[in-house]
Amino acid sequence: MAQRIDVKDLNIFYGSFKAVADVNMTIEPRSVTAFIGPSGCGKSTFLRTLNRMHEVIPGARVEGTVAVEGVDLYGSEIDPVAVRRQVGMVFQRPNPFPTMSIAENVLAGIRLNNRKMSKSEGQDLVEQSLRGANLWNEVKDRLDRPGSGLSGGQQQRLCIARAIAVKPQVLLMDEPCSALDPISTLAIEDLIAELKSQYTIVIVTHNMQQAARVSEKTAFFNIAGTGQPGRLIEIDDTATMFSSPKEQATEDYISGRFG
Amino acid sequence: MTTTTAPKPAPEGSASLRELLQTNDAKRRRTDVTMRVLITAAFVLAMLPLLSLTYTVVSQGIGRLDGYFLMNSMRGVFGGMDAGGIYHAIVGTLQITLFAALISVPIGLLTAIYLVEYGGGKPLAKTVTFLVDVMTGIPSIVAGLFAYALFALLLGPGAKFGFIGSVALSVLMIPVVIRSSEEMLRLVPNELREASLALGVPRWLTILKVVLRTSVAGLTTGVMLAIARVIGETAPLLLTVGVIDSINFNLFEGRMMTLPVYVYRQYAQGLVPCSADDAACIPDINIQRAWAAALTLFLIVMLLNLIGRLVTRWFAPKIR
Repeated sequence: MAQRIDVKDLNIFYGSFKAVADVNMTIEPRSVTAFIGPSGCGKSTFLRTLNRMHEVIPGARVEGTVAVEGVDLYGSEIDPVAVRRQVGMVFQRPNPFPTMSIAENVLAGIRLNNRKMSKSEGQDLVEQSLRGANLWNEVKDRLDRPGSGLSGGQQQRLCIARAIAVKPQVLLMDEPCSALDPISTLAIEDLIAELKSQYTIVIVTHNMQQAARVSEKTAFFNIAGTGQPGRLIEIDDTATMFSSPKEQATEDYISGRFG
Repeated sequence: MTTTTAPKPAPEGSASLRELLQTNDAKRRRTDVTMRVLITAAFVLAMLPLLSLTYTVVSQGIGRLDGYFLMNSMRGVFGGMDAGGIYHAIVGTLQITLFAALISVPIGLLTAIYLVEYGGGKPLAKTVTFLVDVMTGIPSIVAGLFAYALFALLLGPGAKFGFIGSVALSVLMIPVVIRSSEEMLRLVPNELREASLALGVPRWLTILKVVLRTSVAGLTTGVMLAIARVIGETAPLLLTVGVIDSINFNLFEGRMMTLPVYVYRQYAQGLVPCSADDAACIPDINIQRAWAAALTLFLIVMLLNLIGRLVTRWFAPKIR
């Protein structure tokens, strides 16, 4: 089931450069939390620390704690690979595996891990995941065709199906609609609304209307200037954030006077 | 606006615009023609030796290239006898090159994986890259001397057998395999690695099943090119493997013949002095054998390339 995430005093570094400073927040289970803020303010960097994808980049490290249901993801005995199976991720650009068919892409999390699965179980999981990503009806007749033959929006939903096929507790989305047209964006947003009943969802977006449409909570990140670390300015209910934010910077950003 | 009608008295503005748009820049046109001619000439010039070489090898070699030639060795063949073949040389070339590939491909591929996936600008990676660059420039005779000296240290001076040749060829092959594999692995988009890692796939499986699987077509091409690069080497093999007239299947004992060395040997022997009453004596038999062996080598390389292309086609990522 969906899980709650507590972030405490989190500092994120690339080598000696401090990219994000002093983040404290609680991400509620079975809800959508949106991160907004200008480019380069550390939203994506912070998002990537929530499933330890951050440390894939050489020199990147983290101080502080990210606790899922009280378990610190950065504890010494925690396996980052196991973390990523619990906390799935969808990227900005759709990235289906070009050597795999649609069905193989959905099963990638199982197949690439050399886990055995009977054919019928596999077929069931493909159908279940593709239905979960609202893609089943569009691709059910061509499951053995390459995933890269789909449209951009379909590819992104395929990536979501691939992410939910490993049954994570949390789903992170890094600007999932920024490469998509409005119709595909709508399809993804509808999907997010359905998925939040089962998953904790965190979404980074540049589109403030999108944040307002899909999320329960919104977090605003900002950066004081080049070379400065990005900071969490404010996190609150989305309705409050967009009507009466506490911070002037948030209001300026949301009303378009800045950034 | 039609162009066929007689020129109507156009308004002032459009006339000046027409003139602007019709500007007949003679200098630009001249440069264009000159460059076109130069580029075409360069292409023809590059093609000429290639076509001439193909024509010469095929026309000179085809006469003697038959089943007998391919299936027999040079054992007991002397003078201007209408006999002898290259079976022993084909066996030698294929075995030695195969073993060179068996040594070079794992070393080269693993080094490339280290450089791309783990090196990340570390001092060791930079050193390896530098050494690979240096190795690329090693003259083949030096590689031969290296292998010869290495085995002279291990087994005493004068050791000559096929495997030493494989080692010498692998010294030439490894940098080519590293370089081409490195390029191919770098072409794999980082997004695919991240997609796989984010699914909870460990790094080694990501490299094995995503990075290598995506780039396998390019890797195969690189290996094929590396093989083509070493299969025609003569000097190091002459030094480390020697020459022999009979068939030797054992890579680890005794001298072996290889195709390039065979071509060199036959050509070096030159014309045979035939006595006038010996009708069976062919004066240029050695030259004929050399050309036929050269054609065989040519065909083997073509065949390898063909296989490489087929592999590339089978494994290439499909779009639809």
